[in-house]
Amino acid sequence: MTRRVVITGMGWVTPLGHDVPSVWQRLLRGENAVGPVTRFEASTWATNFAAEVRNFRLEDFLPPDRARVHRGGSVSTLFALAAAAQAWKQAGFDRPGAFAPRRVGVYVGAGEGSLDYTPFNATNLLGWKADTRTVDSVAWARAGTALMNRRAELEQEPNAALTHLAHAFNCRGPSSNCMTACAASTQAIGEAFEIIRRGDADAMLTGGAHSMIHPLGMTGFIRLTAMSTRRDDPATAARPFDQSRDGFVMGEGAGMLVLEELGHALARGASPLVEVAGYGSTADAFRITDIQPDGRGAAAAMSQALRQAGIDPRETDDSGRPLVHYISAHGTGTQENDKIETAAVKSVFGPHAPRIPFSSVKSMLGHLIQAAGAVELMTCIQAIRTGFLPPTMNLRTPDPNCDLDYIPNAPRDERSRGVRACLSNSFGFGGQNDTILIRAYVN
Amino acid sequence: MRRRTVITGIGTVSGLGTGVEALWQGLSAGRSALKPIRAFDASGFVCRLGGEAADFTGAKDFVPKSYRKAVKVMARDSELAVAGAKLAVDDARLVTRGTLPEDSAEKTSYPSGRLGCQIGAGLIAAETAELSMAMATAKVGPAESPSLDLKAWGTGEGGAGAMNNLPPLWMLKYLPNMLACHVTIIHGAEGPSNTITCAEASGLLSIGESARVIERGDADACFSGGAESKITLMGLLRMQLAGRLAPSGDIEDGGSLVRPYDPRSGGTIMGEGAGILILEEASAAAGRGARVYAEVAGFGASHSDAMDVLAGDTAGPLVYDDEGIRFAVENALEDAGLDAGDIDAIVPHATGVPAADARELGAFRAVFGSRLSSVPLVTLAPVVGDCAAAQGGLSAAVAALCLHHQRLPARIHAGTHHPDIQAGAFPGGSATLRHILVLNSSLGGQNAAIILRAAG
Repeated sequence: MTRRVVITGMGWVTPLGHDVPSVWQRLLRGENAVGPVTRFEASTWATNFAAEVRNFRLEDFLPPDRARVHRGGSVSTLFALAAAAQAWKQAGFDRPGAFAPRRVGVYVGAGEGSLDYTPFNATNLLGWKADTRTVDSVAWARAGTALMNRRAELEQEPNAALTHLAHAFNCRGPSSNCMTACAASTQAIGEAFEIIRRGDADAMLTGGAHSMIHPLGMTGFIRLTAMSTRRDDPATAARPFDQSRDGFVMGEGAGMLVLEELGHALARGASPLVEVAGYGSTADAFRITDIQPDGRGAAAAMSQALRQAGIDPRETDDSGRPLVHYISAHGTGTQENDKIETAAVKSVFGPHAPRIPFSSVKSMLGHLIQAAGAVELMTCIQAIRTGFLPPTMNLRTPDPNCDLDYIPNAPRDERSRGVRACLSNSFGFGGQNDTILIRAYVN
Repeated sequence: MRRRTVITGIGTVSGLGTGVEALWQGLSAGRSALKPIRAFDASGFVCRLGGEAADFTGAKDFVPKSYRKAVKVMARDSELAVAGAKLAVDDARLVTRGTLPEDSAEKTSYPSGRLGCQIGAGLIAAETAELSMAMATAKVGPAESPSLDLKAWGTGEGGAGAMNNLPPLWMLKYLPNMLACHVTIIHGAEGPSNTITCAEASGLLSIGESARVIERGDADACFSGGAESKITLMGLLRMQLAGRLAPSGDIEDGGSLVRPYDPRSGGTIMGEGAGILILEEASAAAGRGARVYAEVAGFGASHSDAMDVLAGDTAGPLVYDDEGIRFAVENALEDAGLDAGDIDAIVPHATGVPAADARELGAFRAVFGSRLSSVPLVTLAPVVGDCAAAQGGLSAAVAALCLHHQRLPARIHAGTHHPDIQAGAFPGGSATLRHILVLNSSLGGQNAAIILRAAG
């Protein structure tokens, strides 16, 4: 018999705040958190704004003695710990004896920690020989040995968040960190779902965390011309599906969830928030810089998730309503993504596509990179649980290539019909496509 | 019925050479690849030795002509992975988009959507020369403690545009998922593709995930394993700061320095390479008449509490049972439906870092009890070094080769070995091998174990 998987806890740290109910209200009001970069001197940069996490203290989420152990973690690791603490509490896993440690693993899509810039920059500059335009590797090694810090370097490793999470929450089950660019946390949640379905764990702490609001993170995207340069109007710079869109706005944060086998959850009296019903993962195998122009990789990921959930995208219910009630778009606000994602949704849902609400919360939160998928899946959970759908803000000028129902500029009240099945899409550089399908939990 | 996964192709690059024959010959001869690093002057580090893939000339010989331009945007890690993948498909006699001439009408072995790719990767450091050259154009401050002027770095109003000294695709070179992405593009693999980044555990975790993807029916064949080079300035410095490198002094024979399970071993030495396997669903492999090296009979993963290791607080007893490592081994045994008595040999992690080796040995003692003394330990670190994310793929490749040849390779050990385990110097020889356990653990606490079974 197939093991069913439900979500029993969730938590996030976002540019709009650090708890689920208040951030959800702000999203429904269409607020955004985009402003000047304050983390470093970016005033002269082509993109000098971002959606930063503000007023964050780990001590607000973990008792001081436990928070102290983790203080050396990178910014994104601290976000992950705070988001996980919320999820853990909601799931009731903070109660003694709630789970067997070796039956609970961690699968996250956490990004690398930010470089330790002061010693890193100095080491590179001290090692550079201007006259020969080469690196003096001996001088470089001596400088690095003297200047760089053991802990700060190890905390940049992409598996460091796992080390913290496994320690903080006493997980000894199967654990991995994946880095598939902007698709990473959706892929992590999908693989965590498969691990529980197969029986390799009873529950998984899963999601993602990332901050690229640091000098070389922003530099990389500026050189790729992937970010908006609307310096005169940062608040409306994130314009998914709008004809005037000119790239994404960088965000940061974490989204963490507890996925659990249904019987395990019910046996300990936990309340399932929603059920995870399908997961699809594909590769474009096209180009490292571009998406398959017909969107077939994205469409295949969505189709796979639908097939696993037993939903035929070409069918409707008795009232003629499509069976998927909301799609959380990857919707970055780049010319290419939004056009191709629209085409992919059309190719999967055919004539029903225009009647499926399909919005991008990146218009408000910015792009949380590896954490985006987890946070966006949580907005789908909130949609199912509250009956409201979040809007795509800053959508004023329709693009003829983007002609679906993006819920422009105001939330949608679907309480009368209810929201029972949602897809969440994430796509990453290099052609990574991942989709999760969740539905309302029905006994 | 459970879909079974077999290994049909092996593609390796390591200090022993390029290709699976070079690896097996070097192992059988008991030759260590750990020598003074030649890529740059490494005498500023505590260890100036490494297991360089010295005969590896880059990915250009392993990609179709139309893809040669893309080699320019590959980090060495990606080049190693791309080469390993090509060697693996050739070894498996698999027909892919990447093995056929362009516009060929010949059919590939599998439809693109049935071909997956799980290649473990490390944190790829930006090439120091490329980055330093750009940074030098925005250098400020005193000569002895320079810093980067971020205002000059900017390309907007008031900036000097120094960041434009980096190429436009600069960041794409260093995304860890580029190893798998280049492989999927070259070979037309449109199935599930993932990049696990758990340091030395990445490769085996990827092989385990590939086997699960095949078992659940999401793909019929996968590229799997890992690739990495930490023989770079940042790579070596981080390992040095972590206290993992063996001080080399004037010694030039690295094989004598890396001494697995020896409490007096000075540490490890970094290697580099790729270990890419072709995993296939057993009946599909049989259907195309593929040679089978071994079956992936079991997989187990776990997490140890490694917060003390990360934080640098490694004081404490050297020998104890690391329950995380034990869980991984037990999970793999249970998955394979075997018990410890069925294991004929182990390819352990054992990189010569005493604290880590002691944790591993403690877990083996807990699982195997007194029988451990009769189980050969195929230690690879004195031969190829610690190959980071490539370690799992290389270790699994060696286990598959042992099962295929029914032979154990030679073992190097220049120090004191525990009298009750088989880890000392050994000339190699034939052996009856049915099941081999392969284990890797990362400094961060991720553990992965797989059990391979002889074909037939």
